[in-house]
Amino acid sequence: MDNENRQQDFSLEKLRQGDRAEFARLVEAYSPLIYRLGLKMLNNPQDAEDILQETFIKAYQHLGDFDGRSSPATWLYRIATNEALMSLRKKRPELISLEEPLSDTSQPQEPMQILDWCCLPEEDYLTAESLEALDRSIDALPASLRIVFVLRDIQGLSTREVAEILDLSETAVKTRLSRARLRLRELLTTYFGDILSER
Amino acid sequence: MKMGKHPECRHLLASLSGYIDGELEEELCAEIERHMQDCENCCVVVDTLRKTISLYQTTAASTSLPEEARQRLYRRLDLDEFLNA
Repeated sequence: MDNENRQQDFSLEKLRQGDRAEFARLVEAYSPLIYRLGLKMLNNPQDAEDILQETFIKAYQHLGDFDGRSSPATWLYRIATNEALMSLRKKRPELISLEEPLSDTSQPQEPMQILDWCCLPEEDYLTAESLEALDRSIDALPASLRIVFVLRDIQGLSTREVAEILDLSETAVKTRLSRARLRLRELLTTYFGDILSER
Repeated sequence: MKMGKHPECRHLLASLSGYIDGELEEELCAEIERHMQDCENCCVVVDTLRKTISLYQTTAASTSLPEEARQRLYRRLDLDEFLNA
Protein backbone atom coordinates (compact mmCIF):
# COMPACT_ATOMS: atom_id res chain seq x y z
CA MET A 1 0.00 0.00 0.00
CA ASP A 2 1.42 3.33 0.96
CA ASN A 3 4.97 4.18 1.95
CA GLU A 4 6.16 2.68 5.21
CA ASN A 5 2.72 1.27 6.02
CA ARG A 6 2.86 -0.99 3.00
CA GLN A 7 5.28 -3.18 4.88
CA GLN A 8 3.30 -3.42 8.08
CA ASP A 9 1.65 -6.68 8.93
CA PHE A 10 -1.42 -6.97 11.04
CA SER A 11 -2.79 -10.11 12.58
CA LEU A 12 -6.12 -10.82 10.93
CA GLU A 13 -6.99 -13.23 13.69
CA LYS A 14 -6.34 -10.69 16.42
CA LEU A 15 -8.28 -8.01 14.55
CA ARG A 16 -11.28 -10.28 14.03
CA GLN A 17 -11.24 -11.19 17.71
CA GLY A 18 -11.49 -7.48 18.50
CA ASP A 19 -7.98 -7.24 20.00
CA ARG A 20 -7.79 -3.59 21.02
CA ALA A 21 -4.00 -3.35 20.99
CA GLU A 22 -3.88 -4.68 17.43
CA PHE A 23 -6.67 -2.32 16.41
CA ALA A 24 -4.75 0.58 18.01
CA ARG A 25 -1.74 -0.38 15.84
CA LEU A 26 -3.98 -0.23 12.79
CA VAL A 27 -5.31 3.18 13.85
CA GLU A 28 -1.79 4.49 14.42
CA ALA A 29 -0.58 3.26 11.04
CA TYR A 30 -3.48 4.47 8.93
CA SER A 31 -5.01 7.47 10.68
CA PRO A 32 -2.67 10.02 8.99
CA LEU A 33 -3.47 8.55 5.57
CA ILE A 34 -7.23 8.47 6.14
CA TYR A 35 -7.14 12.04 7.48
CA ARG A 36 -5.31 13.20 4.36
CA LEU A 37 -7.83 11.42 2.14
CA GLY A 38 -10.67 13.24 3.93
CA LEU A 39 -8.88 16.57 3.74
CA LYS A 40 -8.24 16.31 0.00
CA MET A 41 -11.77 15.09 -0.71
CA LEU A 42 -13.63 17.64 1.44
CA ASN A 43 -11.07 20.47 1.67
CA ASN A 44 -12.05 21.11 5.28
CA PRO A 45 -10.17 19.96 8.43
CA GLN A 46 -13.33 19.40 10.50
CA ASP A 47 -14.92 17.26 7.78
CA ALA A 48 -11.65 15.35 7.43
CA GLU A 49 -11.66 14.63 11.16
CA ASP A 50 -15.29 13.46 11.02
CA ILE A 51 -14.43 11.08 8.17
CA LEU A 52 -11.42 9.81 10.10
CA GLN A 53 -13.49 9.07 13.20
CA GLU A 54 -16.40 7.50 11.32
CA THR A 55 -14.03 5.30 9.31
CA PHE A 56 -12.43 3.77 12.38
CA ILE A 57 -15.71 3.49 14.29
CA LYS A 58 -17.22 1.55 11.38
CA ALA A 59 -14.06 -0.50 10.98
CA TYR A 60 -14.16 -1.48 14.66
CA GLN A 61 -17.86 -2.34 14.46
CA HIS A 62 -17.24 -4.61 11.47
CA LEU A 63 -13.94 -6.20 12.44
CA GLY A 64 -15.71 -9.55 12.77
CA ASP A 65 -16.85 -9.34 9.13
CA PHE A 66 -13.39 -8.57 7.77
CA ASP A 67 -12.57 -11.70 5.78
CA GLY A 68 -9.00 -10.78 4.84
CA ARG A 69 -9.61 -11.16 1.10
CA SER A 70 -8.36 -7.60 0.72
CA SER A 71 -5.60 -6.03 2.80
CA PRO A 72 -6.57 -4.07 5.96
CA ALA A 73 -5.48 -0.92 4.10
CA THR A 74 -7.77 -1.55 1.13
CA TRP A 75 -10.61 -2.35 3.52
CA LEU A 76 -10.05 0.89 5.48
CA TYR A 77 -9.72 2.95 2.32
CA ARG A 78 -13.01 1.52 1.06
CA ILE A 79 -14.80 2.56 4.25
CA ALA A 80 -13.14 6.00 4.20
CA THR A 81 -13.98 6.52 0.53
CA ASN A 82 -17.65 5.73 1.15
CA GLU A 83 -17.67 8.11 4.10
CA ALA A 84 -16.04 10.87 2.05
CA LEU A 85 -18.43 10.43 -0.87
CA MET A 86 -21.45 10.39 1.47
CA SER A 87 -20.25 13.55 3.16
CA LEU A 88 -19.65 15.21 -0.21
CA ARG A 89 -23.13 14.19 -1.35
CA LYS A 90 -24.63 15.94 1.69
CA LYS A 91 -22.48 19.06 1.59
CA ARG A 92 -21.80 19.49 -2.13
CA PRO A 93 -24.58 17.72 -4.04
CA GLU A 94 -23.68 19.61 -7.20
CA LEU A 95 -20.40 17.72 -7.40
CA ILE A 96 -22.16 14.40 -7.27
CA SER A 97 -24.90 15.38 -9.70
CA LEU A 98 -22.21 16.55 -12.07
CA GLU A 99 -20.77 13.03 -12.20
CA GLU A 100 -18.90 12.43 -15.41
CA PRO A 101 -21.60 12.46 -18.08
CA LEU A 102 -19.27 10.90 -20.63
CA SER A 103 -18.50 7.24 -20.86
CA ASP A 104 -15.06 6.08 -19.77
CA THR A 105 -14.14 5.29 -23.35
CA SER A 106 -14.81 8.72 -24.86
CA GLN A 107 -12.04 11.13 -25.77
CA PRO A 108 -10.79 13.52 -23.09
CA GLN A 109 -11.43 17.20 -23.45
CA GLU A 110 -8.81 18.94 -25.54
CA PRO A 111 -6.44 21.18 -23.54
CA MET A 112 -7.40 24.80 -24.06
CA GLN A 113 -4.20 26.35 -22.89
CA ILE A 114 -0.70 25.54 -24.01
CA LEU A 115 1.63 27.50 -21.83
CA ASP A 116 4.84 26.31 -20.24
CA TRP A 117 4.71 27.34 -16.59
CA CYS A 118 7.33 24.82 -15.40
CA CYS A 119 10.08 27.44 -15.35
CA LEU A 120 8.85 29.51 -12.39
CA PRO A 121 11.14 29.74 -9.34
CA GLU A 122 10.38 26.79 -7.02
CA GLU A 123 9.22 29.06 -4.20
CA ASP A 124 6.39 30.41 -6.41
CA TYR A 125 4.76 26.98 -6.41
CA LEU A 126 4.64 26.81 -2.63
CA THR A 127 3.28 30.20 -1.59
CA ALA A 128 0.06 30.25 0.48
CA GLU A 129 -1.78 31.51 -2.63
CA SER A 130 -0.40 28.71 -4.78
CA LEU A 131 -1.34 26.07 -2.21
CA GLU A 132 -4.82 27.55 -2.12
CA ALA A 133 -4.99 27.37 -5.93
CA LEU A 134 -4.01 23.69 -5.77
CA ASP A 135 -6.79 22.99 -3.25
CA ARG A 136 -9.30 25.07 -5.21
CA SER A 137 -8.50 23.18 -8.40
CA ILE A 138 -8.94 19.77 -6.84
CA ASP A 139 -12.14 21.04 -5.25
CA ALA A 140 -13.49 21.86 -8.72
CA LEU A 141 -13.25 18.26 -9.91
CA PRO A 142 -16.39 16.13 -9.92
CA ALA A 143 -16.34 13.50 -7.18
CA SER A 144 -15.85 10.62 -9.63
CA LEU A 145 -12.56 12.09 -10.86
CA ARG A 146 -11.45 13.57 -7.57
CA ILE A 147 -11.53 10.29 -5.66
CA VAL A 148 -9.42 8.55 -8.32
CA PHE A 149 -6.85 11.36 -8.37
CA VAL A 150 -6.66 11.47 -4.56
CA LEU A 151 -6.24 7.72 -4.15
CA ARG A 152 -3.80 7.28 -7.03
CA ASP A 153 -1.66 10.43 -7.11
CA ILE A 154 -1.96 11.79 -3.57
CA GLN A 155 -2.22 8.59 -1.53
CA GLY A 156 0.14 6.80 -3.90
CA LEU A 157 -1.93 3.65 -4.38
CA SER A 158 -1.54 1.47 -7.46
CA THR A 159 -4.11 1.35 -10.25
CA ARG A 160 -5.08 -2.15 -9.14
CA GLU A 161 -5.61 -1.05 -5.53
CA VAL A 162 -7.73 1.94 -6.60
CA ALA A 163 -9.80 -0.31 -8.88
CA GLU A 164 -10.39 -2.69 -5.98
CA ILE A 165 -11.35 0.10 -3.56
CA LEU A 166 -13.77 1.75 -6.00
CA ASP A 167 -15.01 -1.46 -7.58
CA LEU A 168 -14.03 -0.22 -11.03
CA SER A 169 -12.03 -1.81 -13.83
CA GLU A 170 -8.37 -0.80 -14.10
CA THR A 171 -9.14 0.74 -17.48
CA ALA A 172 -11.83 2.94 -15.92
CA VAL A 173 -9.39 4.04 -13.21
CA LYS A 174 -6.77 4.98 -15.82
CA THR A 175 -9.33 6.89 -17.91
CA ARG A 176 -10.62 8.86 -14.92
CA LEU A 177 -7.10 9.54 -13.70
CA SER A 178 -6.14 10.89 -17.12
CA ARG A 179 -9.17 13.21 -17.16
CA ALA A 180 -8.54 14.40 -13.61
CA ARG A 181 -4.88 15.16 -14.35
CA LEU A 182 -5.69 17.00 -17.59
CA ARG A 183 -8.35 19.12 -15.89
CA LEU A 184 -6.06 19.99 -13.02
CA ARG A 185 -3.30 20.86 -15.47
CA GLU A 186 -5.74 23.15 -17.25
CA LEU A 187 -6.77 24.92 -14.03
CA LEU A 188 -3.17 25.29 -12.84
CA THR A 189 -2.17 26.63 -16.25
CA THR A 190 -4.66 29.46 -15.75
CA TYR A 191 -3.31 30.18 -12.28
CA PHE A 192 0.43 29.91 -12.94
CA GLY A 193 0.01 31.50 -16.37
CA ASP A 194 -1.27 34.65 -14.64
CA ILE A 195 1.78 34.65 -12.37
CA LEU A 196 4.03 34.16 -15.39
CA SER A 197 2.42 37.05 -17.27
CA GLU A 198 3.00 39.38 -14.30
CA ARG A 199 6.77 38.83 -14.58
CA MET B 1 -2.20 29.01 -27.75
CA LYS B 2 -4.37 25.97 -28.48
CA MET B 3 -3.62 22.39 -29.26
CA GLY B 4 -4.29 20.95 -32.68
CA LYS B 5 -1.33 21.87 -34.83
CA HIS B 6 -0.97 18.18 -35.61
CA PRO B 7 -3.94 15.86 -36.08
CA GLU B 8 -2.21 13.26 -33.88
CA CYS B 9 -2.35 15.56 -30.83
CA ARG B 10 -5.99 14.75 -30.18
CA HIS B 11 -5.42 11.10 -30.86
CA LEU B 12 -2.51 10.86 -28.41
CA LEU B 13 -3.94 13.08 -25.68
CA ALA B 14 -5.73 10.23 -23.90
CA SER B 15 -2.45 8.31 -23.70
CA LEU B 16 -0.28 11.05 -22.18
CA SER B 17 -1.22 10.19 -18.59
CA GLY B 18 -0.24 6.54 -19.17
CA TYR B 19 2.92 7.72 -20.91
CA ILE B 20 3.93 9.69 -17.81
CA ASP B 21 3.30 6.62 -15.66
CA GLY B 22 5.40 4.45 -17.98
CA GLU B 23 2.44 2.12 -18.50
CA LEU B 24 2.17 2.18 -22.27
CA GLU B 25 3.14 -0.49 -24.70
CA GLU B 26 6.50 0.07 -26.32
CA GLU B 27 5.01 0.88 -29.72
CA LEU B 28 2.64 3.58 -28.46
CA CYS B 29 5.37 5.01 -26.26
CA ALA B 30 7.67 5.30 -29.28
CA GLU B 31 4.87 6.91 -31.29
CA ILE B 32 4.40 9.58 -28.62
CA GLU B 33 8.12 10.26 -28.44
CA ARG B 34 8.38 10.55 -32.23
CA HIS B 35 5.41 12.91 -32.23
CA MET B 36 6.86 15.07 -29.48
CA GLN B 37 10.07 15.61 -31.43
CA ASP B 38 7.98 17.60 -33.87
CA CYS B 39 5.24 18.97 -31.59
CA GLU B 40 6.13 21.63 -29.07
CA ASN B 41 2.56 21.84 -27.78
CA CYS B 42 2.46 18.21 -26.72
CA CYS B 43 5.87 18.61 -25.02
CA VAL B 44 4.40 21.49 -23.02
CA VAL B 45 1.32 19.43 -22.09
CA VAL B 46 3.49 16.52 -20.93
CA ASP B 47 5.83 18.80 -18.94
CA THR B 48 3.01 20.71 -17.24
CA LEU B 49 1.10 17.49 -16.61
CA ARG B 50 4.18 16.06 -14.87
CA LYS B 51 4.58 19.29 -12.88
CA THR B 52 0.90 19.20 -11.87
CA ILE B 53 1.23 15.70 -10.45
CA SER B 54 4.51 16.43 -8.70
CA LEU B 55 3.12 19.59 -7.07
CA TYR B 56 0.22 17.66 -5.55
CA GLN B 57 2.54 14.89 -4.39
CA THR B 58 5.01 17.31 -2.82
CA THR B 59 2.39 19.31 -0.97
CA ALA B 60 0.44 16.20 0.15
CA ALA B 61 3.54 14.76 1.76
CA SER B 62 3.59 17.70 4.17
CA THR B 63 -0.04 17.17 5.26
CA SER B 64 -0.10 15.60 8.70
CA LEU B 65 -2.72 14.60 11.23
CA PRO B 66 -2.85 17.30 13.94
CA GLU B 67 -1.95 15.88 17.36
CA GLU B 68 -5.23 17.18 18.89
CA ALA B 69 -7.23 15.37 16.19
CA ARG B 70 -5.23 12.19 16.86
CA GLN B 71 -6.01 12.41 20.57
CA ARG B 72 -9.72 13.04 19.92
CA LEU B 73 -9.77 9.97 17.63
CA TYR B 74 -8.22 7.74 20.29
CA ARG B 75 -10.66 9.05 22.89
CA ARG B 76 -13.64 8.49 20.59
CA LEU B 77 -12.48 4.92 19.99
CA ASP B 78 -11.86 4.39 23.68
CA LEU B 79 -8.20 3.67 22.95
CA ASP B 80 -6.68 6.32 25.26
CA GLU B 81 -4.44 3.77 26.92
CA PHE B 82 -2.62 3.26 23.59
CA LEU B 83 -2.11 6.96 22.84
CA ASN B 84 1.51 6.97 23.91
CA ALA B 85 2.28 3.36 23.11
